[in-house]
Amino acid sequence: MSRNALILGATSDIAVALARKFGTNGYSITLAARNLEKIRATQADIKIRQRVPVEIVSFDANDVESHQAFYESLPAKPDVVISVFGLLGNQTEAQQNWKSCQDILYANFIGAVSILNIVANDMEQRRHGVIIGISSVAGERGRQSNYIYGSAKAGFTAYLSGLRNRLCKSNVHVLTVKPGFVKTRMIENIKTPGPLTSLPSRVADDIYNAMAKGRNTIYTSSIWRPIMYAIKSIPEGLFKRLKL
Amino acid sequence: MKKLITNWNHYPVVEADEISFDYDRELTNKLNGFQTIAHGNGRCYGDASLSTSVINTLRYDKILSFDEQQGIITCQSGILLSDLLQVIVPRGWFLPVTPGTKFITVGGAVASDVHGKNHHVDGSFSRHVVSMSVLTGLDEKVICSPTQNADLFWATCGGMGLTGVVLEVSFRLKKIETAFISQKQIKADNLDEAMVLFAEHSDHTYSVAWIDCLKTGNHFGRCILILGEHSTQGEVKSKRDCLMPKEKSLFSMPCHLPSFVLNGWSVKAFNALYYAKNYQKVMNSCVHYDGFFYPLDSILNWNRIYGRKGFVQYQFVLPLQNSKEGLKNILTRINKMGMGSFLAVLKLFGEQDDLISFPMKGYTLALDFPMRPGLLDFLDELDEVVADYGGRIYLSKDARMKKEIFWDTYPKAGVFKDILEKYDPSHRYVSGLSKRLKLKG
Repeated sequence: MSRNALILGATSDIAVALARKFGTNGYSITLAARNLEKIRATQADIKIRQRVPVEIVSFDANDVESHQAFYESLPAKPDVVISVFGLLGNQTEAQQNWKSCQDILYANFIGAVSILNIVANDMEQRRHGVIIGISSVAGERGRQSNYIYGSAKAGFTAYLSGLRNRLCKSNVHVLTVKPGFVKTRMIENIKTPGPLTSLPSRVADDIYNAMAKGRNTIYTSSIWRPIMYAIKSIPEGLFKRLKL
Repeated sequence: MKKLITNWNHYPVVEADEISFDYDRELTNKLNGFQTIAHGNGRCYGDASLSTSVINTLRYDKILSFDEQQGIITCQSGILLSDLLQVIVPRGWFLPVTPGTKFITVGGAVASDVHGKNHHVDGSFSRHVVSMSVLTGLDEKVICSPTQNADLFWATCGGMGLTGVVLEVSFRLKKIETAFISQKQIKADNLDEAMVLFAEHSDHTYSVAWIDCLKTGNHFGRCILILGEHSTQGEVKSKRDCLMPKEKSLFSMPCHLPSFVLNGWSVKAFNALYYAKNYQKVMNSCVHYDGFFYPLDSILNWNRIYGRKGFVQYQFVLPLQNSKEGLKNILTRINKMGMGSFLAVLKLFGEQDDLISFPMKGYTLALDFPMRPGLLDFLDELDEVVADYGGRIYLSKDARMKKEIFWDTYPKAGVFKDILEKYDPSHRYVSGLSKRLKLKG
């Protein structure tokens, strides 16, 4: 029987690249997104190009009440669950307006915790599965330019680390992914340094390979590991005065 | 966000807002009434896809259906031919018509109504389109085909994006047994011989000639005629997978070459070597489709060999009865001016008489000229010659033709303009080309 990968937040570019990568490797795919209209064409396209079954299901990360029912109604119990959804938001707006701030916290942390709790309980019981969380290098240290997003991702990173610790003995693997800049719609209007910006397809390759090797935490691209190490080692007394 | 946008020959460059979209409704939501034009992968040579705001279609690139029995594919307009080939070749299908680069979008193939080496047999791209949908200037998604809303269909094929945004396109593919081409190359000593050879070999599916436009005297217009057929399995000796598409380009021009590198001497030397490499009059071989159709695609950014100033492509067609005299006249002028073209391609078109598409029965010649002082005046002079012989210029490769020449040489331009008024009365889709040629805007 073929394995199934459930991709949560399927409208993103990384999600589509992941669906292609897993599809190419023989997984059937379940794409979950809030707006099904946006992913119908993607569904058709992956079916044709990767020649695997693709289902689409409606999923709202913010609507935590619906998560249990969502998971129970899935057409196939997934072997791999990838939480890709996230929201960069607008830092200045989020400082002023609680609704904007809450959206960022839900989309990057609370919604993910809610659905992955349910997935984790099921996989723990089945003693089988892989959970992949797409966090961010932004969660490594709070910076004035995006610390609401960053703190939500920091929370998510800590959550994944704890989950890995808990599920290790149940044969369920948890992979934390910390992408740097990726050429996606999220940063469409932001200028990023070319050599540090990866393509979604490259990120998907890295994630798949890391999963296959049973890695725990990866940076993608790997250049971000030394960069973040350097950023984390700046003393707080100096760091707080920097414009970052 | 304002961005500098240009096409393959780096001329002209405009500052424009860029809109991108993933699905139909997103596009309609984002269009704000400003004048705009669809922009695919930027491989045309001019101002047809440049405007104050452009719609980047590259994200709109999904394959919606593929009937592997009938060979009919339906896809969104932003998909590149290179991506399609990766999907269709391993399943035994090929593009019905392909231009000399695979890095164009399907929307671009429709809007330019592209032709290929098989024009004399299979016509241009529009011949193979079953139906398509277009977001017109009336904000409606209209489905059209040769039988449904035919006026919109024919004004969109070769219509340079002026009827609106091409959304979904359904077209017929060509069945192949292998990814290889059985190629025959024949040297022609001069233009007269080349034209005889073209006529003699018109039953070959693919035919094109590389022409040396700097040679004078007895060798004036010497050519290498290149003919091809899709190879059958028996013809492919290699043990490799017969239906392998090409993966990646090997080499990329890292930077612009200084503009003095291409000069009369270097082009003559290149031409001499290129001609001499065929040491026999007739040479047969079996080559991969990628090298046969897309020799330049293997060098990414090859346009940089022309230097920072960019270059102009010039492609015209002459009616068959005037082709010989006209080609001689034009090649002589190019010779005299020393305006040597590095890459010159000659091809005999078959019959075609569409609303606004470029091809007509006769010879077409495509030339590249590095940008230099006096070039634009010289091309204006050539335009007059082409028009006098009853020929015309390819809009996808044009950034400079005067409107009078266009209106003189495209006999149905008036009807085309009327259809544009019908589907885009408030002139929402406007480009540098449409303004320059007084079609719209």
